[in-house]
This record gives sequence, C-alpha cells and structure tokens, in this order.
Amino acid sequence: MKATLILEMFPIALMFASPIIIAALGGLFSERSGIVNIALEGIMMVGGFAAASVTVLLEPSTPLAPWIGLLVGIAAGIAMSLLHAFASINLKANQVISGTALNILAGGVTIYLSQIIFHQQRTRSFSNGIQKMTVPGLSKIPLLGKMFFIENYPTFYIAVALVLITWFLVYKTPFGLRMRSCGEHPQAAASMGINVAGMRYIGVLASGALAGLAGGVMVLTADIQYTIMSIHGTGFIALASLVFGRWNPFGVLAAGLFFGFSTALSFYAKDITFLAKLPSEFFYMLPYIFTIVALIFFAGKSVGPKAAGEIYDSGKR
Amino acid sequence: MTKRTEKVLMPLIAVFLGFLLGSIIVISTGRSPVSMFSAMIRAVTGIDLVNGMSFNPRYIGEFIIQSMPIILTGLAFAFASRTGLFSIGAEGQLMVGSLAATAVSLLVVAPAAVHVPLVLLAALLAGALWGGIPGLLKARFNVHEVVVTIMMNYIAFHLNNFTILNVFGSVDRVKTAFFPQSALLKDPMLESLTNGSRLNWGFVPVILALLAFSFIINKTTFGYSLRAVGYNKEAARYAGMKVNRNIILSMMIAGAFAGLAGAVITNGTFNFGRALPASEGYGFDGIAVALVGANEASGILFAGLLFGMLKAAQPLMQSQGIPKEIVGIIQASIVLFVAMQYGIKMILDKLASKKNASAEGGQE
Repeated sequence: MKATLILEMFPIALMFASPIIIAALGGLFSERSGIVNIALEGIMMVGGFAAASVTVLLEPSTPLAPWIGLLVGIAAGIAMSLLHAFASINLKANQVISGTALNILAGGVTIYLSQIIFHQQRTRSFSNGIQKMTVPGLSKIPLLGKMFFIENYPTFYIAVALVLITWFLVYKTPFGLRMRSCGEHPQAAASMGINVAGMRYIGVLASGALAGLAGGVMVLTADIQYTIMSIHGTGFIALASLVFGRWNPFGVLAAGLFFGFSTALSFYAKDITFLAKLPSEFFYMLPYIFTIVALIFFAGKSVGPKAAGEIYDSGKR
Repeated sequence: MTKRTEKVLMPLIAVFLGFLLGSIIVISTGRSPVSMFSAMIRAVTGIDLVNGMSFNPRYIGEFIIQSMPIILTGLAFAFASRTGLFSIGAEGQLMVGSLAATAVSLLVVAPAAVHVPLVLLAALLAGALWGGIPGLLKARFNVHEVVVTIMMNYIAFHLNNFTILNVFGSVDRVKTAFFPQSALLKDPMLESLTNGSRLNWGFVPVILALLAFSFIINKTTFGYSLRAVGYNKEAARYAGMKVNRNIILSMMIAGAFAGLAGAVITNGTFNFGRALPASEGYGFDGIAVALVGANEASGILFAGLLFGMLKAAQPLMQSQGIPKEIVGIIQASIVLFVAMQYGIKMILDKLASKKNASAEGGQE
C-alpha cells in the first residue's frame, strides 16, 4: 500500500467521520444525563433535510446559505428531541420506544415535506454545499498539514472543537458533574438538590442540537440533496461510536475516526492489493461487528452511565 | 379502570390520536383528509367510495399481503418483549430468513410438497440463529440487546446484499434468477380470485405462527417461565427457572417468527431473492404492531391488519395527491402515543376523579 494513498484517503475519511463524531457527542450528552437516545438517526435525517432545504431556498440570495442551513438543522434537531424529552422525562415513556417512534417519524416527515415544498421525493439539489478549505500556515506542517489541513471540510474542525468543548463541559465543570450524576444515580443526585428532570432536558436537547447539526453536516458535505438514503444508518454508527468510545468524548473522537476510515477504505479497497479481493460489503459491516466485539469486551465493567434508559422514579431507593 | 380494559383502551386511544394528528397535518398542508380515509377504505374493502362505488378485489389481496410480514415481525418483537427483552432485531432476522429462503429455493430441487416446507424451515432456522446471537450475548455477558440487535440488523443487511450479488449472482444488481415453481407460495388460483393481486399462501404460516405464539406463551410451562423471567428475572432465578436458557430461547423463537416473514416475502410476494438499497422497515413496523397489539396474539393480528391497511393505502393516497409518507407519520405518532400512555392515563384518571367528585358533590 502506497503512503500517498493513505494521505489521499484523509479528506474523505474525515468527511465521513465528522457527522459520526458530532452525532455521537449528542448521544453522549443524552446518555450521560440518563436518557437513552436511539433516535440519533431520525434526528440526523430531520437536521439534514432542514439544512438541505434552507440551503436550496436561500442559495440565490446569500453565499452563507449552507451555514444558515446548519443553524436551521440544529433548530430542527432540537425541536425533534423535544418530543423525546417530553415523552421520556415528563410522561415516563419507555425511551427505546419513544426513540423508535422518532426514527419512523423522521422518514415520514422529511419526505412528506419534500413533496409539499419541492413536489418530489427528495429536496431539490443545492449547487454549493459546504466548501473544502486549506488552512493557511498549518497546511505547511510536514505530514500533518497534508493529513488534516489541505482541502478538508471545515466541519471536521467543528467536530474536533465540539469534542474538546464536550470534554470540558462534562468532565471539568460543576454542571458536567451534576449531569453525570443524573445518569449514574438520579435519586442520589436529587437528594443533593439537583434538578434531575431539568438536567435530563438539557442532555436530550443537546443531543438533538448535535444530531441535527450532524445531519446537516453530512448532507451538505457528502451529498448534493437530501434523500431518504442520505443518512443511511450513520445515526446508528454514531450510537456504535458512543459505545465503542466508552461514553467518553475522546473515545468518541477515536471511534468516529476509525469508522470514517473504514468507510473510506471501502472506496479505496480496489487500489490496495491485499484488500482488493474483499467485497465492499465487508467494510460496511465492520463498524457493526467491532461494536458487538467491543460490547462483549466491556461486559461486566461499568463503562456506560448506570441509570441510562431507566425510568426515573424519585421514590426509589 | 381495570387492567383488562386499560390494555384494550390505551392502544385504541393511541390509534385514534394518531389518525387525528395525521388528519390535522393533511389539512394544514392543504390536502383533503376525506381522500385519505377513502383511500384507506378502498385498500381494505376494494370499494371506491369517491368514484362510483366500483369494486376491485385486487386491493383486498394487496392489503392482506402487506399485513402478513408485519404480523410476523410483530410476533417477533412481542415474544422477546414478554421475556422482558427489547429486540429491535426483527429487520435483520427477516433478512437472513429471506436469504436462507433464497438459498433453499435456488439450490434444492424437490417437489413442491417438500420444497415449500424446506424453504419455510430454512428461513425459520436462519432467523432463530440470528436472534440467538444477541440472546447468547445477553445471557452470557449481559450485553444489552438493544444495541446488539441494531448492529445485527446492519450486518444482516450487508450480508444479504453481498450474498445475493456475489454468490447467487444477479442479473441486474437487484435480483437473483427466478425461483422454481415448486418453491413458491404463489398460486394462480388465489391471484385470479383477487383480480391479479399478489395474494399467496403465505397467510397459512402467518396463522400458524399466531396460534403457536398464543399457545407457547399462554398454555405451556415453558411460556409461563418465559413470562416469569419477563416480570422479574431475579425472582424467576430464585424459583429455580433457567433464566439464561430462557433468554436465549426467547430470542431464538422471536427470530424464527421474523425469519419466517422473510420467506413469506421472497417466496410469496416475490419469486426471487433481492439485494436492497436500504432496509425496508418491516422490523420497525413490527414494533409498532406489537405495541398497539399489547403483545398479545389477537391484538397483533388486528394491529397487523391496521398497519397493513395503511401500507396498502399508500399508492392510493399518492394518486389522490396526498404524499404517501403521511402513513409513516401516522404510524410514528401512534407509537409515540402508546409510549406516552402513562401521561394519557393520568389525564383519564383526572377526568374520572373530577366526575366522581362532582357526583359526590351532587349527593351532599
């Protein structure tokens, strides 16, 4: 395998990794606060649809259209996650069922609105998504410059920044400590005067914002329009990254990069002698197989938030 | 409210609210809910209320074939659910089931009386195997089944596409060669009876599966111990029940139901194996069916017919200018309302206590 080939893979791998990382960070906020969110996929779809639609509609009037699109994607994601928060926090709904409902809902809502707005099964295609950029200065660094700073999507830098912000918020601030305590032992947290429901609302809405952003990022970098296939399971890969990354921001970053590269590898496999014989489906399967292996490996160790997925009963001991 | 009426009433309220919300969305986007409901009626009865009461039995046939696989995936979700497991894996189990059905259809030469049962058996076993893996991981390592079954769905999806495209060979990157007649659930008699619909004998395994579900869960000691594990794992263990074995078996039986759905689709609705661009959502439909059907065989039958009707009405709605995705929206809101039943119950209880209070007030 030639070294240049690996370098060539970087931009495309980082492009795939970015939405995975961002959505997985969303999952991290939600699960650390104690609410399982398997609707990352559905929220990404809604975010991607909103971002693509806004980009298409604003494109003629402003060059900032894709960035406004991302903001609207975030807003749409928050709106979607509000349903999940209300159902699972206020109405004590089963979180997996509520998440499943949102995943079904997303496919319906996005294509329904596409038909109403664009009179077809998808959004119209936008002429410019988010543009690649070369970072001046940093791109001169030998090797690293070529890997990360030449002709990359800026969304990757957003993803890395979000990893640092998440780490700081969740592990270095009183807010983060309180949030994590709600995911570990909500009754104990409540006894210390922490507003469990409020914390969980923040966690779920943050997951909505991030997954919405991830959907927008994905559609505006890897696609030319939103279709029902645009997200194709990336939300579930994000969920896998969360598990694989041991519910930790840096773990999520590593897992997201790993899955990004395994996706990129499926495109380049035909150029690499010892991989050429493997079918591309093999590479598509990898993230899922690795996640199951990781789950077995972590089994019995307390890795994830202990109370995630449990319905909060303030009277329970 | 007694437990029993509550079990029937809650899903009905959820269904009603789902349709209500769907109608509101249709109205607010400038379409007519009348054409939506007339499409649904036409899908079930074959009668066109809008255009001169014409009758076409083909719609009834299509309505039934839409219901068949989702009743089976509904049984799959419900069976695991009764043992306290949350399996999202019906989608993948269905795919390996259809893959196994494809393999037996294309590779085995046998008379129909042997070939069809072999196809069904292979699909059933493949589904059971695929469901057994998360069951084993849950029992052995206590790995949560939700994440594993989601991952297994995607593995099955890519495995199916790989096998169809590379092992059986496809003409057009979409489907395999046609199956021999002996492997099919199709029957020209059923098709002509319903004016050329795709109705097939697949409803026989569906009915058998419904009966088997009800029998195992309600009438056998094994079913009793499965439910005991579902209610309280530790108590069941204390009572000497084999909890881990029950978890694995429950996931396997659930997988078998979903696997069977795969055969019903490939050998009934179609007559070839298919490579798919995306999963078709039968597994998620099954979750909706099981939730609305309250995890009971009879409930699942009705809920399966309800959602089958919605699926069958989709093309009719589209031709009336209503985006067919409204069905997904209605289905999702029904599931959401079922999930919110605690809140709905609170509202109902409040209404009831108000009524009581005013009645008491009247007596004084």
